[in-house]
Amino acid sequence: MERKYSEFLVLFFILLGVIGLMWLLNGSTFMSLNNFRSMAFQLPELGILSMAMMIAMLTSGINLSIIATANLAGIIMALILTQTIPPEATGPGGIGLVILAILAGLLVAAAIGLLNGFLIAHLEISPILATLGTMILVSGLALAITKGYVVSGFPPAMRAIGNSTILGLPVPILIFAAGAVILSVILQRTSLGARIYMLGSNPLACFYSGVNNPRVLMSTYLISGLYSGVAAIVMISRFNSAKADYGESYLLLTVLVSVLGGVSAAGGFGRVSGLILGLIILQIISNGLNLMGVNTFLTVALWGMVLIAVMVLQFLLNRYKEKRRSI
Amino acid sequence: MTIKTSNAGVTVIKKLFSRHETFVFLAIVIFGLIITVVNPDFLTLENVFDLLKSYALMGTFAVGMLFVLISGGIDISFTAIATITGYVIAVLLLQNGEQLNIVSVFAIAGGVGVLLGIINALIIYYFNIPSIITTIATLNIYYGLLTVISKGKWLYGFPAWFGQYTQMYVFKFTAANGTSYGLSVITAFWFVLMLIAWFVLRYTVLGRSIYAMGGNSASAKRAGFNLLRLNLFVYGFMGLMAGFGSVIQALLVQTVAPNSLVGKELDVVAAVVLGGASLTGGTGSVLGTFLGVVLIAIMGNGLTLMRVPAFWYKVVIGTVILISVGASAYRRKVSARRRTIIEVE
Amino acid sequence: MEPFLSLSNVSKHYAGVTALKQVDFEINPGEIHCLVGENGSGKSTLIKIISGTVHPDPGAEIKIAGEVVHGAQAIDAIHKGIQIIYQDLSLFPNLTVAENIALSQVVASRSHVVRWKTLDRIAREAMARIKVHLPLDALVGEISLAEQQLVAICRAFTSDVRLLIMDEPTASLTRKEVDALLSVVQEMQARDIATIFVSHKLDEVLRVADRVTVLRDGHKVGTYPSGELNDEKLTQLMTGKTVTYVPYTPPQSPETQEPVLEVRDLSKRGYFKNVSFQLYPGEIVGLTGLLGSGRTELALALFGVHQPDSGETLFKGRPVRFRSILEAMRNGLGYVPEDRLTQGLVMNQAVGKNITLTILDSLRNSAKLLDPRKVQESIQRWVKDLAIKVPSVESPVQTLSGGNQQRVVLAKWIATNPKVLILDGPTIGIDIAAKFAIHEIIRELAHRGLAILLISDEIPEVLQNTNRLLVMHKGYVAGEFVSSQTSVKDVQELIDHQDQ
Repeated sequence: MERKYSEFLVLFFILLGVIGLMWLLNGSTFMSLNNFRSMAFQLPELGILSMAMMIAMLTSGINLSIIATANLAGIIMALILTQTIPPEATGPGGIGLVILAILAGLLVAAAIGLLNGFLIAHLEISPILATLGTMILVSGLALAITKGYVVSGFPPAMRAIGNSTILGLPVPILIFAAGAVILSVILQRTSLGARIYMLGSNPLACFYSGVNNPRVLMSTYLISGLYSGVAAIVMISRFNSAKADYGESYLLLTVLVSVLGGVSAAGGFGRVSGLILGLIILQIISNGLNLMGVNTFLTVALWGMVLIAVMVLQFLLNRYKEKRRSI
Repeated sequence: MTIKTSNAGVTVIKKLFSRHETFVFLAIVIFGLIITVVNPDFLTLENVFDLLKSYALMGTFAVGMLFVLISGGIDISFTAIATITGYVIAVLLLQNGEQLNIVSVFAIAGGVGVLLGIINALIIYYFNIPSIITTIATLNIYYGLLTVISKGKWLYGFPAWFGQYTQMYVFKFTAANGTSYGLSVITAFWFVLMLIAWFVLRYTVLGRSIYAMGGNSASAKRAGFNLLRLNLFVYGFMGLMAGFGSVIQALLVQTVAPNSLVGKELDVVAAVVLGGASLTGGTGSVLGTFLGVVLIAIMGNGLTLMRVPAFWYKVVIGTVILISVGASAYRRKVSARRRTIIEVE
Repeated sequence: MEPFLSLSNVSKHYAGVTALKQVDFEINPGEIHCLVGENGSGKSTLIKIISGTVHPDPGAEIKIAGEVVHGAQAIDAIHKGIQIIYQDLSLFPNLTVAENIALSQVVASRSHVVRWKTLDRIAREAMARIKVHLPLDALVGEISLAEQQLVAICRAFTSDVRLLIMDEPTASLTRKEVDALLSVVQEMQARDIATIFVSHKLDEVLRVADRVTVLRDGHKVGTYPSGELNDEKLTQLMTGKTVTYVPYTPPQSPETQEPVLEVRDLSKRGYFKNVSFQLYPGEIVGLTGLLGSGRTELALALFGVHQPDSGETLFKGRPVRFRSILEAMRNGLGYVPEDRLTQGLVMNQAVGKNITLTILDSLRNSAKLLDPRKVQESIQRWVKDLAIKVPSVESPVQTLSGGNQQRVVLAKWIATNPKVLILDGPTIGIDIAAKFAIHEIIRELAHRGLAILLISDEIPEVLQNTNRLLVMHKGYVAGEFVSSQTSVKDVQELIDHQDQ
């Protein structure tokens, strides 16, 4: 009990501090409704991808192929969406086509997830290597299919996903919120979730307790793949296009968001609520720096420093706790 | 007598097939044959020397990566390190290029690289942060700061003496059509680096200690190995190779650009892993790493020669990596199962 | 004779905790001296002080070979001829035997270049000293545990060793291998090398030692010639309590019931052959034999981990063939594995999560989601039932004592409501007092009607806590005993006889 809430509280106070700081530095431009809306449109992609990374990290793995998966799924969706089919056959705004495209994209993402799962669970390849291999393979396929070109020009129904609001809330943030709730329920309220945490800490003990480890890992990477596919929906609908190398800089950020949100790099610990706070903190800092006109590359360097700072802090905290325990 | 010799032959073959390098070598032969059948231009001395020259860069990085993987870590910040060292020497070459020579250029690039590598080592050692996370972070720090400072400018127009090394050969042939080719000094430099690395890994206490640390770091500590020093060496050496690589890159293309290397770090990891190094540490060899680089080189080159569109290159590489790691994981699994069987009368 | 090493008035305090208090200790050249005591008795602190990795509080006097040493460092201890072989052996699986033996010697000599011929020579010399032979070029990860043990000993012999400290050296060895090790120790004795043995296995302690020093709660209880001790006396000295065992009798006579588990001619190539036995409700049946006798492999086959090649398993009279652990579990079989730390528990996760790991699916509501109330109720129930002492069910298991950790493993399995529980070495590495408590729990469970198969190395343990005993040897059931009519000697003789 203690542990979970104390970490959450620390993050929460950091968040308040960060908001205060950015307000101070940027004044009303930061606190404007417009600014928050623009953040709300940017945050979901990274948020959904971070969840795809997080679930792999919980099992003490990593998924380097999430961005590549999102891009390939996005391209498959885009290829279907740009088919010239008479509009009357596809419903208002091409809704029928959009649904078909999304299903096909998610199917591809799920297939990649299962491939990762198979390599890691059944062939026992280390997650870094397995997902490195699929990353190269999948991004190669994306490149080979598109020959490096942008696929663009979607029906209105698709563009609406990325750019409209419901009750004043951008659709992407609603998709993100739904994704967060679902993942949170999976992790906290299902037996699969409980097994994921335990497996992340000690797969052998899980094996001897009747846990079907390969199945848990398959499910983990399947979910990771599916979340990448959902991120693809948000991504291509916002850009109104798909391309083989969108969002490559997100890979570091997803690790950063997870670690910042309290996901242990060694596996077994971390919650969606922490991840969301980490995500918001990161978004606010990046937005604030952007408003201040800070060079984007300086921001990139800053993320690296924040990542190390967070890990150092965790290390010192753990050492302190252990010292207290041993006395 | 005859039985004895045939036995010895069998054990030699068995030993060969227990080595990962053999399989990589066979893969190279098979790919080579296929490519040659499709396009006989592949197996010409000219093409082979050309390949060895253009892959000297990846090969140099791979030598550094090999040390890191053997020690049980990983370093993906080396491309950012190489970008920084590339900039440093480019700026120096442009400002007072006539006072420098090739040795001082390598020394400066190497020195800066070692410093940056040492920063990685200190973070990993003192704060016990996984090397992959540390170097993801430093990759971004190094690259971000460099791009801010350099404003992303491309640097070119180096002194003439710097350009001549591209066309310098250890030995040279002249083809029927008058073009000349041969073993480039750049390739030779890479070969020398590999020889040194092989000697260090096999015949020095330092090298064996790196294997020991990768095999079991807790035991290494107890046995009195200085883990801090080993980490400093391994990541410092990776930095050195990154620095040397940046000079090779500058020699090859006579331009230093901020975005020419970053993003290729995982290709190098893939080459070394293809060569038999494992991410859990303790295994890997210079020969295997060389073969891994060669395999990637001929696949890239072969696809071009077979007129396969360049877009398919990554697909092939990805597939080969997955098959290779899958096969060795399967071999490991089977041999582990065989070992657990006990004797029953 | 002057002792090789003598310590007097050694105390050690850590942040308010007394690890050792005014302990005196000495060992003569060529002596085999056993150091025994429960976890937390101060054994490991004493060893660390001898090896120089820990400094005693002021006031202590340490003499090595008659010379007083001050502020010894680890490396000084090595120079003075003291070597330690840790329980985990500290070897490098990816290096060759020769390298493992010789490398630290080469590092210590501050040379930079490795000559493989020199490594081989150093290794060969070390092997010759203790008269063993090992393949120099083999990778250590690919040789047997016993050979690895010998590699670790050879490594100690690359320098001029005067005192060898072995921490639980026989924990993973078969009887034959233990004998080989002991003959090596005797070889050393002949060369006037002193040996300190740290061991949990009391029969072994008594077999090899010249003298035994017992520690309890940081104090020295005394040093005794091993001839004056027996198993019972030693237990009493270690715990400070006299414990008398009442042999176990099942609540109902087995003959009046159906067997819950019956095995007929079960065989698996390379593991075990023609194993047959019955297990009745309320029984505790012991299964002993050397490591490598096939007992753990048999248990794993019953539990669905491997598939037997031939033979029949009947569960409640019905033929079964479990293809996975899950299937065995669902049918009412539980298995507490040998290694609590790596196989039994997820050490850094909460007690509650560990207890519910086996029964997650039954804690779901109609929507297939975990019901937090059911989860909490179930955790509370088992914590109470097994009297697990824990500050909070959210505390990580690693913060508990060994005995309480083992209770968590038991709780996890009892929660599945098994009909048969297989316990593989349930008291390994647990203090004697906690061990008795675990035995009480096992008896209580059997009384409730559970059938228990108790696997253990320690013959006294299985005899005292079972009603029947099976002895396995090289994959066969070599003999069956009625526990109350059998002595430790009877069982030992059967095993030794089989070994020849």
